[in-house]
Amino acid sequence: MRHFAAILLILLLSAHALAGGVYQEPDAFIAEVFADKPPKAAVIWPDTELKAQIKDILGHDYKGLRIRYWKQDKRTAWVLDEIGKDKPITTGFVINNGRIELVRVLIFRESRGWEIRHAFFTDQFDKASLNSDSQLDRTIDNISGATLSVRAVTKLARVALLLDQAAQVEKES
Amino acid sequence: MKQDIPLLPALATAIALSFTAPAQAVTDEEFKALQDQMNQLADAVENQPASKASKVHIGGYGELHYNNWEKPNGEEFKQLDFHRFVLFFGYDFSDSIRFHSELEIEHAFVEDNNECSFDVPTGGLTPGDTVTCEGGTAPGAVELEQAYIEFDLTENMETKAGLFLMPVGIINETHEPTTFYGVERNPIETRIIPSTWWEGGAALTGRFGGSGVSYDLAITSGLDGGTDVRGGRQKVARANASDFAYTGRIKYTGLRGLELAGTAQYQSDMTQSTDPDINDATLLSAHAIYNISQFQLRALYANWDIDVTTNASAADQARDKQDGYYVEGSWKFVPSAGVFARYNVWDNGGVGDTEKTQTDVGINYWPHEGVVIKFDYQKQDHGAVNQADEQDGFNVGLGYAF
Repeated sequence: MRHFAAILLILLLSAHALAGGVYQEPDAFIAEVFADKPPKAAVIWPDTELKAQIKDILGHDYKGLRIRYWKQDKRTAWVLDEIGKDKPITTGFVINNGRIELVRVLIFRESRGWEIRHAFFTDQFDKASLNSDSQLDRTIDNISGATLSVRAVTKLARVALLLDQAAQVEKES
Repeated sequence: MKQDIPLLPALATAIALSFTAPAQAVTDEEFKALQDQMNQLADAVENQPASKASKVHIGGYGELHYNNWEKPNGEEFKQLDFHRFVLFFGYDFSDSIRFHSELEIEHAFVEDNNECSFDVPTGGLTPGDTVTCEGGTAPGAVELEQAYIEFDLTENMETKAGLFLMPVGIINETHEPTTFYGVERNPIETRIIPSTWWEGGAALTGRFGGSGVSYDLAITSGLDGGTDVRGGRQKVARANASDFAYTGRIKYTGLRGLELAGTAQYQSDMTQSTDPDINDATLLSAHAIYNISQFQLRALYANWDIDVTTNASAADQARDKQDGYYVEGSWKFVPSAGVFARYNVWDNGGVGDTEKTQTDVGINYWPHEGVVIKFDYQKQDHGAVNQADEQDGFNVGLGYAF
């Protein structure tokens, strides 16, 4: 017991502010998904209808006045935040031809629910699209003990697909 | 320091003025300048520093239960009870140091009952038990179930100190009503483990990279109830800390839909060195959860092995081994509703056939992800010793969590 207490004390004394669960910086994610030649970032200023659709998915307004994205042909990339239990989860999405090409948890700030960073979870979104009810075209399996994190990323996936639709229309017009 | 945000009114004014100005053609340069100004205003608004309020986290959950049971002799038990009203408060001191707490009121009404005394039956109290209390009559309790400071040590390791939930079982750490089936918590995790179970001390939690393997190590205050495990929870209320408890858990969540976990705990003295005939004890528990599509399977086993000498009472000697298990299957036939069936077997020991079984079937309906309405039917079949205490009937529950 004394050894355990000593180890614990040493670890406590060495505690300092760290980056937390930063798996990949957003800039690095954008560079990677566009093969180090990312297009110039564009912004969407959600109108009333789009804001209402986003609020319907998230249960609240999305923070910020604009949403930044990167677009190349039919391919868009997004870095979005949504709170899991207490803190935002930063997640990167790549949408290609209206379907999810990639989901990656970039920054995870909580001590529970980190399982969502695993490929076994994010791979579930591969080629997912939105149906007419703005729901995903599939069920995403929950992770016991990480329900709030699963819920947050699933909602963001729907938002990313919705924003991609808006971005495609915006550019065409 | 809180900062006002005058920029939104400025932005609104700019836009309003643009509509009241005399109509005239806007050049491309003017339009681009206006776009740049709007983007700068939006940058300023979006980059406002987080207020102190954003470092405060508030949450909670609650449960209202209706129980309608009948014993073999026809004795009925009908009760409406706001079983739990829980508030979570947390605060982020920094990115790597945070406070988390959980305060609970049980059974709605608490009254000073210092003059109240009653005998706690072996194995603790079960919903439906009647106690005769001299003095106070309020059934409630106010409990501090969590209050700890957590420190991030590395990307894959954090430590905490204070009062926290023991890392054992499924519902001990995750027990919001929206997360499990059935109005009442399963008897194995309440009667054997014994949830909800919290202690004071320190713990270390870590993960091995992306392997899906995580671990918990804890050194905490111990139980003080002898062979009455549930009754031995001291709740960090002037807890006798003569003898600590040491807990270790390994969990695997590296495969889609699967959680496997095992906990081993050593209690160095189940009476905090007050009874030489009841000494140390070991708790072993393991569980599996498997989600596939809309189906889920849960199974859990827990076992206590308590060192009881031959000088102890016959009753204590007969309670040196206590264990139980349950298996539960559930199916969400639509995203907002699911059905379940659970089979429970447990034995808190004692002289004679003391094994108990309970079968539960029911349905959960989530009108919102944070609200649940439950209905279930329970059927108990106990061994000869406890047969007269069987309680069959139904339960209705309303729960919420945010």
